[in-house]
Amino acid sequence: MNRVVITGAGTINPLGQSVPETQEAMREGRCGIGALEFRDVERLAIRIGGQVKGFEPDSVFNRQQLALYDRFTQFTLLAARQAVTQSGLQFIGELADRSGVILGTSGGGLLTQDENYRAVYEDGKNRVHPFVVPKLMNNAAASHVSMEFNVKGPSFTVATACASSNHAMGQAFMMIRSGLCTAMITGGSESMLCFGGVKAWEGLRVMSKDACRPFSATRNGMVQGEGAGVFVFEEYEHARARGAEILGEVIGFAMTSDAADIVMPSRQGASRAISGALKDGRIARDRVGYINAHGTGTAANDKTECAAVADVFGTHADDLMISSTKSMHGHLIGGTGAVELLACLMALNEGVIAPTIGYEEPDPECALDVVPNTAREAEVDVVLSNAFAFGGLNAVLALSRA
Amino acid sequence: MNVKDKVVEIIAEQAMLEPSDVTMDSTPEDLGIDSLGLVESIFSIEEAFDISVPFNANDPTESDFDISTVGRIVEGIEKLIAEQKA
Repeated sequence: MNRVVITGAGTINPLGQSVPETQEAMREGRCGIGALEFRDVERLAIRIGGQVKGFEPDSVFNRQQLALYDRFTQFTLLAARQAVTQSGLQFIGELADRSGVILGTSGGGLLTQDENYRAVYEDGKNRVHPFVVPKLMNNAAASHVSMEFNVKGPSFTVATACASSNHAMGQAFMMIRSGLCTAMITGGSESMLCFGGVKAWEGLRVMSKDACRPFSATRNGMVQGEGAGVFVFEEYEHARARGAEILGEVIGFAMTSDAADIVMPSRQGASRAISGALKDGRIARDRVGYINAHGTGTAANDKTECAAVADVFGTHADDLMISSTKSMHGHLIGGTGAVELLACLMALNEGVIAPTIGYEEPDPECALDVVPNTAREAEVDVVLSNAFAFGGLNAVLALSRA
Repeated sequence: MNVKDKVVEIIAEQAMLEPSDVTMDSTPEDLGIDSLGLVESIFSIEEAFDISVPFNANDPTESDFDISTVGRIVEGIEKLIAEQKA
């Protein structure tokens, strides 16, 4: 089996428009959640979110590109450009054939759908732009990345709600580990902060009106965010031979299905995914120093996740750190695992553990070290990234320094 | 149909029971209504009376709206109708 390393990373999210900006915000425990700004927001009960501000698509993409790129595709391309540039890879010849793009998204081009449904239903128009379909399709972002970088191997989009990015990165990992591919562009993107997108979530009544406070007894729900995280995964010997800078190694991955409930999470499903990732990477439990939690700030997730971590790690659960950066950037749904992987890389490379901000009061059912409010310096050997989706689909990645 | 009968009808339909099986003392759990079923019932009630019910599914017991029994729900709805339709 081949070893798999990360040689490039890129992002745009509510905390920043590059990896250094994002990691600085995570170090400082800055909050990227604020008042939502879009048409008809006054008709919503939930008016906060992690919106990407100060991003001018017109300054990055030309008119023809904008006609084809939904916001989730724009985010993906920006992040992918940063990641591929950092990796230094050029996808030509055999490398192009042996590389692919696997990205996660849940809503795909939801803003495009929202705008065009509005045009035909509310405004009564009988004509829409010719590119509505290629703009809104879930695989648009993966396809545009393959075109921009000449990546010609296996490429597709994974949609598993809140676990989409982790499932996508897990697939990319397995493609390289098995020898099928040499390099993969992988991660995820989401952009559903529009009237229809937030209205749909409102219906579930699990959204907070004021803040995302994972693990805090005072938490009252999740907050949505938007953005993308994209990485270059590469076969270790290939990366070493060309002297690439290695940001981390992916050492284990596992997926499970709860087979139980369409929205309520399962302790067993979550713990099987966590222990599965450890088993996959032959990782001793006590080597895990940090877990980037799924940590949505809902009562159901946070209690279940802490119980699952306690089940898997036993007494070591009290020695490890677990934090939810969703408190800062919100829940990026299909892109969330990718942005959260940046906190994992920061832990491995800089020895800084991102905090869970907004933490006000301990909850006895979440009695773990959740790194409340301020970042912490700590050397960690192995980190995990959890993702547990609606529909009971779980995906956990394990990383270490190469 | 008065408020009480309409609320009972909605809850009975959610629980897949006859309205006569739903008493004012019944709790959602007694009727086999889980958190998702509760969210759906509240939605139906909001639609039926054109009101807004302050209910957070994260922690129903902490919400401003008492859902401990059918009777409490009916009282709450009557109060909300009075407030919001005034």
